[in-house]
Amino acid sequence: MNKESLSESILEIRDLTVHYEVGQEVIKAVNHLNLSLKKGRTLGLVGETGAGKTTTALAIQKLIMSPPGVIKSGTVDICGNKIMELSVKDLELIRGSVVSMIFQDPMTSLNPVFTVGEQIAESYMIHEGIPKKQAIEKAMKMLETVGIPRNRASEFPHQFSGGMRQRVVIAIALTCNPQLLIADEPTTALDVTIQAQILDLMRKLKEGRGMSMIMITHALGIVADICDEVAVMYAGRIVEKGSLADIFNHTKHPYTEGLFNSLPNIRNRSMRLIPIPGLMPDPAHLPAGCAFAPRCKYAGSDCTAEQPEEHWISDSHMVACAAYGRNGFHIERHEK
Amino acid sequence: MKNKNIHRLARDAEKADAPILVSERYARRSQSTEIWIQFRRNKGAIVGLVLVAILVFCALFADVLVDYDNDVTGINISQKLIRPCRAHPFGTDDLGRDILCRVLYGTRYSLSIGFVAVIIGMAIGVTFGAIAGYFSGLAEDIIMRLTDILGAVPSTLMGIVIVSALGASTFNLMLAIGITSIPEFVRITRATALSVSRQDFVESGRAAGFSQKRIIFFHVLPNCLSPIIVQTTLRIASAIIAASSLSFLGLGVPVPAPEWGAMLSIGRQYIRTYPHLTLFPGLAIMITVLAFNLLGDGLRDALDPKLRR
Repeated sequence: MNKESLSESILEIRDLTVHYEVGQEVIKAVNHLNLSLKKGRTLGLVGETGAGKTTTALAIQKLIMSPPGVIKSGTVDICGNKIMELSVKDLELIRGSVVSMIFQDPMTSLNPVFTVGEQIAESYMIHEGIPKKQAIEKAMKMLETVGIPRNRASEFPHQFSGGMRQRVVIAIALTCNPQLLIADEPTTALDVTIQAQILDLMRKLKEGRGMSMIMITHALGIVADICDEVAVMYAGRIVEKGSLADIFNHTKHPYTEGLFNSLPNIRNRSMRLIPIPGLMPDPAHLPAGCAFAPRCKYAGSDCTAEQPEEHWISDSHMVACAAYGRNGFHIERHEK
Repeated sequence: MKNKNIHRLARDAEKADAPILVSERYARRSQSTEIWIQFRRNKGAIVGLVLVAILVFCALFADVLVDYDNDVTGINISQKLIRPCRAHPFGTDDLGRDILCRVLYGTRYSLSIGFVAVIIGMAIGVTFGAIAGYFSGLAEDIIMRLTDILGAVPSTLMGIVIVSALGASTFNLMLAIGITSIPEFVRITRATALSVSRQDFVESGRAAGFSQKRIIFFHVLPNCLSPIIVQTTLRIASAIIAASSLSFLGLGVPVPAPEWGAMLSIGRQYIRTYPHLTLFPGLAIMITVLAFNLLGDGLRDALDPKLRR
């Protein structure tokens, strides 16, 4: 079935399903998701708002707020740790040391009442058990690693700009050399030049440490820039995944095609953008068949009946689209 | 005067010439400086602060200022019921004790009861409030319903019950008033902790592997401090009133001690003929309560970011 799971993998997600139960409604945020990531690789998790990207990221660390969140099924394996079976104490040991997370908004993800030095040092104190003085010293070193002068360790978050705060957030995430870094739209709140700086910094640090990374984003440009692999999410499912080349040059899924068609083309500026018609279905009332079928121009009767199977185009490239069961089906997007 | 104007002109010129520099310096001012600047603008708050400082001074140095055995509790019948005069600015009471000395010494009782009672109430209330605000669900429901029950009993009645059950002593009085001030601390802390707990840095604390205990008490609580500080200050004022009321009823500090409420109670019999017996302790209570309320209001304005600038 799946051929990726063999060599040294950092992350294995199997059949992950997360629901939010709000009153009578059940919001199906993530549905039967499978994903794996090898050491040193960067995975781009792409999808529009509400596709379940952040929920997946939180579920990986069992951080879903309950209530209303419920992890219905699935296993998550990070470096051999079966996350779903661990006690709260063990989870606390793993979070921040084996797996770390960077949040979207650097303006709110730092505690306003502590200096940045103290906030970085806190992780050292907890995970490495070193005294405060030594931890602050290490925190200053870490600040320099992310390009902030060490003497600013004694300043408060409100004295930093957005880009610098995101650097601090990255510093905190990297304190204990995690195996896996989950970055949840780390550059969305920043302007474009700072975005480039932050991405550069993350790539450099990632390569220096041999970390794996999950980059959650809806910007395909960032994916092309920094990722090795891509998984496209739609309505809580992965509709297509593969290497960067698989997805960008040999697009298979109609939804992925739609995403690319709605991007401006730099070579042909007069070309009209083709938006995907309609909206993502309400995650509380997902259709029985393919969730994308109502918006899909290739949809046939086979699409609405049941969930599409996974079709493996190559060893690395998977597409969940029923149309690939038809003979000779291909999408319109020209292969580069 | 002229010199001052020149200074101001120079400062304005500097602002106009180098706006970036000034704003940068402004941004680098620490939070406490900012709060102090805001606080200083409020005249009432300054009056409150000065009054509280004087009261604290009186309480700390009461032993130096007056002779407890002779002036405060020493009975001297020949000097009884003297109206305010040069020797006794506030007059003397029915046992010939100098009222000024007693009022001065009474600061010690009122302030210590106020502080200790509020610290008891705050310690319990803030802990449970923070837990209730951080955990939604069952823990919150249980804590808040218990708080409602505690808050439903009139506080004076509650004080009377606790003091009569445990016996009249200064510490029991503090305990009684402390317990009655728990609900307000629970509510105010829960409300703030609720909004702080939903912020990203709490989530990232969880993602960094911090324990819930650590997140509640080291991350959420420090961000809830300003309303708690304000509440504490205001609550001291009402604790002082509560202490005086209970002492007035004979349920507070044991008799010879110059507690203001107890002094009012003694003076009550002479209120038509010798009003100075009740006037001065009454004034002392009023001024103390006013001082803490002014200070509390000033702190609230200075600490509330919405009211700034």
